[in-house]
Amino acid sequence: MRENLAKAFELTDTQLFRRAPLPKSYTDFLGRKLFLFLITLQGLTAFALITLGVILRKSRTARNVIGPRLRQEIARAGVALLPMFLFVALALGFLVVGQTVSALARVGATGYLGSTMVIVVVRELGPLLAAMLVLARVGSAHVIELGTARALGEVEALEALGIDPVHYLIVPRVIGMAVGVFALTVYLILGALASGYLFAFLQDVPLLPGDYFKQITEALGWLDFGLLALKTVAFGFFIAIVTCFHGLAQPLRLEDVSRVAVRAVSQGVIVCVLLDALFILLYLVT
Amino acid sequence: MSENENQPAVEMRDVSVATMRDIGFVVLEDVNWQVAPGEFWTVAGQPNSGKSDFLKLVAGLMAPVKGECKLFGTDTRMFGEAKLAERLHVGLVFAGGQLFNQLTLRENVSLPLQYHQDLTPAAAAQEVQTLLELVELTPLADITPSNVSDNWRRRAALARALILKPKLLLLDDPLAGLGLRHLHWWLRFLDQLSHGHGWAGGQPMTIVATTDDLRPWRSENRKFALVHDKKFFPFGAWNEVESANDPVVKELLAVPLETTI
Repeated sequence: MRENLAKAFELTDTQLFRRAPLPKSYTDFLGRKLFLFLITLQGLTAFALITLGVILRKSRTARNVIGPRLRQEIARAGVALLPMFLFVALALGFLVVGQTVSALARVGATGYLGSTMVIVVVRELGPLLAAMLVLARVGSAHVIELGTARALGEVEALEALGIDPVHYLIVPRVIGMAVGVFALTVYLILGALASGYLFAFLQDVPLLPGDYFKQITEALGWLDFGLLALKTVAFGFFIAIVTCFHGLAQPLRLEDVSRVAVRAVSQGVIVCVLLDALFILLYLVT
Repeated sequence: MSENENQPAVEMRDVSVATMRDIGFVVLEDVNWQVAPGEFWTVAGQPNSGKSDFLKLVAGLMAPVKGECKLFGTDTRMFGEAKLAERLHVGLVFAGGQLFNQLTLRENVSLPLQYHQDLTPAAAAQEVQTLLELVELTPLADITPSNVSDNWRRRAALARALILKPKLLLLDDPLAGLGLRHLHWWLRFLDQLSHGHGWAGGQPMTIVATTDDLRPWRSENRKFALVHDKKFFPFGAWNEVESANDPVVKELLAVPLETTI
């Protein structure tokens, strides 16, 4: 019966499983969720490894085609988002940095300013906020574009032309997003720290700009730079993997695209938070 | 490839074909078929009889569930990265064209050439322009597919499949829904390719086209096959089709009320 249903509606087993009626008992429901989680995890891992393999193996293949696509994706996930990031940097500076500086000054704890800024802005808020914004603006577009291309048979057409869809469609998006998240995080952090001081200055906090930036640079270590780069590149890479996986790796119909886009963005948020937790552990260990 | 020159263009032995979406759902069974280089075959069948999946299997996009399918002597199961050169001897024109909607028609045609020969758009321009002129697409070349009619999208899909000068051209229902002028153009152009067009260096191109309407394809120079009820019937010449007592063949030859030809 189940096989007939799948054939009748051209659904894969996983899709059929997702659309099955809710189980009667709570343990069955949890079991189903766990099973779906494991299927997704398996798919994402395989997709990430395939993409990495293609990046390494085909770095010299069709450079005249992939190069412009790569620049286009870096522009889309980086340069095109700069105005929005400048606005968010100002907001972050006002909401978090400015108020933190002002509060620390009121209790005479400006000596902790540097380490507070580094932990709050450089290690945590900057990368995470940048990743979330890129996920919302570009990641969701990835799912829709790739899902539509898959549903309209464009991916099949690439295969028929002997063009590797992962190389042509995924690699530029993954690299573009990794570079984009890294670059935008740097701009976001610099913008937030600068605008934060500006707002603190407007609140008459008795702190010279030289002292403010000296404290921050003293609190920053090489490890912060290294882990910041690693973390932002990892955010970009995994956001692109999650969104591209949902767009490309499953056969979709046009009506499935919006639903899958929502799922991909939710999973992207979860992946970012889990990665962030992993990096907190790394900071604690090192 | 040179050692495979005398091999059949397509050779199928006891092949079972499944759908692309569900490999457990078999649409054709026990297909035994051979296409010699330079032959022009038309495979007819009713809508949803499995013609498209059959063509995708011939193109090497999926493996047979059972049996063996060889193109110019190479098993399509072996069509990996190492056999890319062999795979590029096959050009496939999808039923809906399946052009890349983000690219212009010119970019669509240029992409396979640029990708496989690592060319810049400027370096590929001359060859692309020649082909665009051949399919009369030059005035529309810089428009995206969604802004041109289906008639011209099909031609762009044909040009995209021809840009790498394939030896075997597969066409999925290329005449469906075409205007009369376009339909005649297609039949004439495919015949030219089949007899040896300058674009392919004068070499006769092997062509396999599917259809659900046999009438426009009538010709003494073509061979015909029928897909029906999960079976594949290679008839051969047109007179064998006409003399066939199969009700499905008669239906495919029948003239519908809204005929345009």
